[in-house]
Amino acid sequence: MSLLEAIRSALSAIGANALRSALTMLGIIIGVAAVIAMVAIGSGARERVDSQIKSLGANLAIIQAGNVTQGGVRLGAGASSTLTDEDAKAVAAEVEDVVASASVITTRAQAVYAGTNWSTTITATDLDFFTAREWGLAEGRLFEPEELRRGEIVAIIGQTVAKNLFGESDPLGQMFRIRNVPFKVIGVMAGKGQSALGQDQDDVIFVPLDTGRRRIIGRNYARDRSVQTIMVKFASEAAIAPGIEQTRALLRQRHRLVEDQDDDFIVRNLTEIANTATAAASTLSWLLAAVAGVSLLVGGIGIMNIMLVSVTERTREIGLRLAVGARQRDVLSQFLIEATTLATIGGAVGIALGIGAATGIARFAGWPFVISPQTILVAVGVSGLIGVFFGFYPARQAARLDPIEALRRE
Amino acid sequence: MPLIEVRDLSRVYDLDSGRVTALGGVSLDIEAGELVAVMGPSGSGKSTFMNLVGCLDRPTGGHYRLDDVAVETLSSDGLAALRNRKLGFVFQQFNLLPRVDACANVELPMVYAGLDGKTRRERALNALARVGLADRAHHRPMQLSGGQQQRVAIARALVNQPRLLLADEPTGALDSRTALEILALFQDLNREGVTVVLVTHDAEVARHARRVVRFRDGHVIADTRQEPADARAALAAQDTATPLPEAAE
Repeated sequence: MSLLEAIRSALSAIGANALRSALTMLGIIIGVAAVIAMVAIGSGARERVDSQIKSLGANLAIIQAGNVTQGGVRLGAGASSTLTDEDAKAVAAEVEDVVASASVITTRAQAVYAGTNWSTTITATDLDFFTAREWGLAEGRLFEPEELRRGEIVAIIGQTVAKNLFGESDPLGQMFRIRNVPFKVIGVMAGKGQSALGQDQDDVIFVPLDTGRRRIIGRNYARDRSVQTIMVKFASEAAIAPGIEQTRALLRQRHRLVEDQDDDFIVRNLTEIANTATAAASTLSWLLAAVAGVSLLVGGIGIMNIMLVSVTERTREIGLRLAVGARQRDVLSQFLIEATTLATIGGAVGIALGIGAATGIARFAGWPFVISPQTILVAVGVSGLIGVFFGFYPARQAARLDPIEALRRE
Repeated sequence: MPLIEVRDLSRVYDLDSGRVTALGGVSLDIEAGELVAVMGPSGSGKSTFMNLVGCLDRPTGGHYRLDDVAVETLSSDGLAALRNRKLGFVFQQFNLLPRVDACANVELPMVYAGLDGKTRRERALNALARVGLADRAHHRPMQLSGGQQQRVAIARALVNQPRLLLADEPTGALDSRTALEILALFQDLNREGVTVVLVTHDAEVARHARRVVRFRDGHVIADTRQEPADARAALAAQDTATPLPEAAE
């Protein structure tokens, strides 16, 4: 008997007791659905963290100014300007495994170009920023060291700004104004897309650090070297934690903080923040894994049970098959194929249900989800294996029947 | 050389209550082309004999050659192959698969012979035509009368062209008229050269065999030859002598 015929005959046997078969499959259906949902949500969460890290730049820590206590009132992060670009340079020079240490000042301002205007984020920074964020140009060039040193009025614009301010025309070399200061566009950044929080990262204009301080914010560069944040990129993930400790010690020393004084800055490990974001998703994944494991086990036992019933019910049929020339292994494979078919159909229904559940959970919880062909293959394989594993005992019982006894059974 | 050659064949069961001898040293030859009735009351050993001849059971002593094959030397798979190729079984309860049609039922032995679907279908339809059921090939057993079901079972037994047809009380579940029709079919098949062994406790059935072997207490007590009653002639006589019930009313 060919496999195809065997499966067809198994299907007819399953169809003969449609309700019973459907109930038997329920365990497998729920189990496989849980596996599919688990993997879909788990890998979706992982993918989101990966893309977060990717868009942020890997192995980043951010130092924010602030956290100053004045007369018992603790002011929040960024409340005071205790960090300077000299701090940033000191971090780059003295902390181990630092790849880049960028000084950053951010503000909002209106950019004006030939009758159009656009409100956007102005980021005043240095070259280390582009290294830290792993962010390249679409066209043009980055700041020259000389431009940074002299605080020249040049700008690199993000894609969104390019589109809104310049439309179809080429922004390179064009002049536009921020707070009545004419800036020359020297570069356009590559598109970065949305951040993890849904902000448009391309809606930005970069200017040299000192240019931003003097021309846009209007501070006296000679007296005020303060920056809002320092972005530190480490060489590897393993270097982040010791690097942050060294940074903290260095900054405390530079800010002359005594033993019992709080830090006047905050250091945050962005990779760690991204990783903790997966914790909730992974908890759900484990819960689903537990459901899946129990359901698959119960489903398998259900299949074993129903196959044992089926063997008992069809004892005469087995006897007849043996009498007309079926070998033991023919009967064994018949019942194994039947159990496997039952389990695989359950698996297929479970996959459909699992995809539905994953879509539902993802929409409800705002999680992304990913369903890969491998997942589906594994799910089908696992349900088939359950059929073989739990179908083997009943099938062997059937194959070992004595034909005379079997034919005599009512 | 006989088709069936049985020498000192015995079958002893070891039960909790002690050893029971179901068959105690039987020697018997059956030639190809015979129509033999095996008779005896229940417990006489005739069913045990039938199971041994049918290669469904193994003897505890003695020898059995079927078509020059020493059966007791065969493995379980070897016995299955022998049952498949050389034997055809007909049972009292027909034992048809209820979920599939007559044709698929007849195909079953060929499935295990490893024949392809097309050949199987062709031969199954031929076998059904031979038992007079060409027009019932796609009916399920439930849609057939008892006599028709037994014909399907006979077609199934014949389909692999076996050397021997073994029928265990084939008319036991049928009314006397249908039983006669089935016996007529066996006689027709026998005339065409099929060797038939009929196991029965019914003397009326045994009347239609040329040879009658009687069992009692696990031994052959008589082995006689007779002029068989002609089932087809009896049917014809019934048709003329007693009008059909509808006509009588």
